[in-house]
This record gives sequence, structure tokens and C-alpha cells, in this order.
Amino acid sequence: MTAATVEYKSDMAPPVSALPGSSFSSRMKRRMPLLPALLFTIVVTQLPFLYTIYISFIGWDRDHPEFGHKFVGLKNFRAVFSDSALRQAVFTTVRLTVLVVLVAVLLGLSLALLLDRRFPGRGVVRTLLIAPFLIMPMAAALLWKHAFYNAQFGLINAVINGVRGWFGNHTPTSWSILTDHPLLAVAIPLIWQWTPFMMLILLAGLQSQPGDVLEAARVDGATNFQIFRSITLPHLRQYLELSVLLGSIYILQAFDAIYTITRGISNTTNLPFAIFQTQVEAGDYGLTSAEGVVVVVATIVVATFVLRTVSSLFKEEA
Amino acid sequence: MVTATAGASLVRPVARTARRPRITAGSAALTGLAWVLALVFFFPILWMLLLSFRSESDAASPRLFAAFTGVNYDGMFSGNVRIALLNSLNASITSTVLVILLAVPAAYALSIKPVAKWTDVLFFFLSTKMMPIVAALLPVYLITNNLGMNDNIWALIVMYMAANLPIAIWMLRSFLLEVPREIIEAAQVDGANLPTILRRVIGPVITPGLAAAALICFIFSWNEFLFALRLTGQDAKTAPVFLAGSIAPEGLFLAHLCAVAFVVCLPVLLAGWAAQDKLVRGLSLGAVK
Repeated sequence: MTAATVEYKSDMAPPVSALPGSSFSSRMKRRMPLLPALLFTIVVTQLPFLYTIYISFIGWDRDHPEFGHKFVGLKNFRAVFSDSALRQAVFTTVRLTVLVVLVAVLLGLSLALLLDRRFPGRGVVRTLLIAPFLIMPMAAALLWKHAFYNAQFGLINAVINGVRGWFGNHTPTSWSILTDHPLLAVAIPLIWQWTPFMMLILLAGLQSQPGDVLEAARVDGATNFQIFRSITLPHLRQYLELSVLLGSIYILQAFDAIYTITRGISNTTNLPFAIFQTQVEAGDYGLTSAEGVVVVVATIVVATFVLRTVSSLFKEEA
Repeated sequence: MVTATAGASLVRPVARTARRPRITAGSAALTGLAWVLALVFFFPILWMLLLSFRSESDAASPRLFAAFTGVNYDGMFSGNVRIALLNSLNASITSTVLVILLAVPAAYALSIKPVAKWTDVLFFFLSTKMMPIVAALLPVYLITNNLGMNDNIWALIVMYMAANLPIAIWMLRSFLLEVPREIIEAAQVDGANLPTILRRVIGPVITPGLAAAALICFIFSWNEFLFALRLTGQDAKTAPVFLAGSIAPEGLFLAHLCAVAFVVCLPVLLAGWAAQDKLVRGLSLGAVK
């Protein structure tokens, strides 16, 4: 096994070759291999956004083509900023992301610590633990909704009713996670799927700890807890940051679970689902575009901040 | 950092193997706990598999044991399931191959012979991953309609390429940084051109990187739902969309749903299990080895 390392700090090592020479043709020659990927990405990801900006200034109702597509100025943007449901969606997005990422990181860290030792069947345990991450998100959402949450046929209520039965209470429970804790119902499958992801990254971090330092600490009589606090946690910091960053990027975009499990009822609509609804259910193309523009601009602000942090991490040790 | 890593990798195996695990009550309890948690995490998948082998009426009243039946898997590899699986295979494999073809030279131009402002380019690619994909849904939908590409698998392939290209570039770059510069310089001195260097010098070093990148791109494309829902109809429908549509509006459907879910999950489950050692590096965009 090779030592694991968070490469993004050493990534910024000086480039292998010196930077391009002065001649135009040598610079072009260097750029050639990059151009296909760069042009493709610009065309497919940036041009549609220009189109979105254009539509955001237009009144475009899919269901009323007779109104045509008229320029409406900032009307759609005014609607975005006065929409309390959209503010609620921002709040839900943050709540869901924090809940899922936090619980998944804590569970993932516990599992990683448990797996960072030799014990019989460790390979099997690891294999079983990563399985949830490999399940199709749509399948996970459907499975939890229908096989576990369903008040009549689901396993959770069957277990609750079974336990009530032992105590002589034979009336089925009226409790249902879907109606009583809808956001939790959305979060559980996401936590189930993303905990293995966190575990894998944190386990790689644990296994890259220098063995001689741990050994020296043990020889000096440090307790396991002292070793964890003074050596393991500081070493894990960059791995924790990376797992939180990557986890947040994906959970912020969560769509399948909400689309399937709650359809956005009782404040479980996050931003992606809200924009989807404006577009597909309401058919208000102007408004959905304005929402998209606002969310993208907000993302650029946040992402610039995040990327600046990441790239300062890069440079820290370069 | 690089030297520290090399030092750690030299020291670690010695230090680890020198300590033989002692079997104590505490370590046995931790082992037991690890096993229990692994079974808890795996249980939903096991439950899905169990339900898929039950009759609908048995699946509707949850018990641990029930009569076994394979009826839910009848006709699974014909008709609509087969079309959805083939569409998913097509979208995932084609987009993955094309992404790798675009990503290898790009990663080369961002690591071994870096272009000017290579950090900006690298972070431009990463920033596209942070954009809310749902914001692109309407323009892409309208553009594909105008191009007469609705319900055409190529629309999905192009979108999956755009979604996975940044991941592949970041990952492959982290592998390319490991190619010893002396070998590349020696090849250049000997007059080797770019394709030859790519094939002969860099190819062998980044083969594991290609496998890791391909695995991650395959998984993300196979599982993608939002664009597949919006851009496909009957003909180009992929597995997640088909799965979402296999809920009957009335009557019992759970056992059938679990069978379809298991079949569409199986390719990624097997690929991911088979390439476990590649997962971490792939998922962390090459940052964690």
C-alpha cells in the first residue's frame, strides 16, 4: 500500500517545463492539446448560459404561445426577489446540505476510524460499506420511499407496529416520516449514500499518517485519545476540508431524492427542484431563467470565495 | 511535500507491520461494531434484493422470510427494460470514451507542458462543476429541440461529456504529474513528437489513471437523472428514467420495482466493487491517493 496524500497542496509544484517561450508559434503549439477540451466546455457550458440570460429578460409562457416572447426588462428578476417561496428554497437548500454533509462526515469519520485497524474480514466490511454509494440515486430514493417509508407497506412502520404489538398495542401507528419529518425523509437516503464517500476519503487520510510519529507517541505513553487529538485530527484537517467541499458541491445540487420522495411538499423544495418546477410544471420560461441567472451569480460569488481558499491551500506548501 | 510523502511511504509499512494486533476485549468490540455498522449500511440493498424475489402481496407485508419467486425478473432483458439498459450503456460508454479522448491532451497541456495561465484554466474547468446544473436545463432543452435532437441519445452524451470532462482533466493531471520529467525530456531530445510521447512514455504511467477516470465518468453518467428526464422521450429513455416510471399509479408494485432497481444498479455496483482501489482517487478528482 502506498502512502496516501492530499495532492492539492503539492500540485502547485513548479511545472515540469519552463513556461512558454516568447514565440507565438511555440505558445500555440502548447495550447493545441488543450483547445478541443476548452472549446467544448465553453460551447456546452457557457453558451447555454448566455441564452439563459437572454430569456431572463423575456416574458415567455410555454402554455400561452399566443402571447409571444416579449422583452419585459427586469420584471422576471423583480419576481425572483419578491418570491418568498424561493427564499424558503434557499433556506431549505442550506439546511439540507448542512444536515447531510455534517452527519455524513461524522459517520464517515467514525467508520474510517473503525476501519483503520486490522481485523478479520476488514476487506468484506469495506466492500459492504461502499455499496450504498454505488447505488443509483434514483433507485435509492425509490427504495427508501416505498420499501421503508410507506406507512402501509414500509419496513419502518412495520417494525414500529411490531414493537407496539409486543406491548399489547395492536392499533397501527399513524406516524409517518413522510408527513411528520419530510426533510429528514429526504436527508436519510442522501446521508446513507454519501457516508461511504466521506469514509473513503477520510480512511485514505488516516492511512497516510506517518507510522513512525504514531509509534513514537505511543512509546512516549500518549493515550489513544491524545494521539487522535494532537496528531490524527491536525493531519486529517485537509482531508476533512476536501470531503466537506466535494460533498457540498454534490448535495447542493440534490434533485432526485426531492423529486421522488416528497415532490417538494412542506418546505422540502430546494433550489434545483424549485427552478425545475417553475420550468416544467409552471412553464414560466422567463422566470425560471431569471432564477437560474440569480442562482448562478450567487454561486459564482460563493465559488470564487471557495476556490480562493482552495488555491491558497495549494500555495501554502508549494 | 513530495519528499515527505516518499519518506512516509518508506517508513509506514515497517512501522505498521511491526505491531502485531493484540486481541483484547476492546479490539474485539470494535471489530464487532465495524461488522454491525457494515451490515446496517448494507441492509437496505439486501432488503431490496429480498423483496425483488417475492410476490407483490408478500412484499406488501414486510417479514424477514417469505416464499421465493423469480417472477419479477421475467422479461427483464427484453422490451422496455432492455431498451433503457442499452441506452444507458450507450450514453455512459460513448460519453466516457469521448471524455477521455479530450481529457488526456488537455491534462497534458496543464501539467507536463503547461500553457500560460494554466492555473486559471484548471480552475475554470473546476468552476463549471460548481455551477447549478439545473440552470442549464432550459437552454439545453430549447437548443436540442431547435436542433431536432429531442429524444436523441447524443444530446445526453454531449451533456455527460461536459459534466465529466472537468473531473477527468483534474484526475488525469494528478497522474501526469507523477511522470518523471527526465524520461519526457530524454524522449524530446531523441526527437519524439507529441503523439509518440503520449503513447510510449505517458501512456503506461497513466493507464491506472485512465481506469479511475473512466470508472467515475461511467458511474456519474449511468446514474444521471435530471437531464435524462428532460431530454429523452420513449426512444432514448435511460435506466434511471425508466426506473422512475416503473411505479404503478395504483396496485402493488414494490417487488417489481425492487427487481428493476436491482438490475439497473448492478453494473455500477459491480464496476465499483471491482475497482474499489480506484474510487477514492477518482472521487477526490485525483487529490487523494
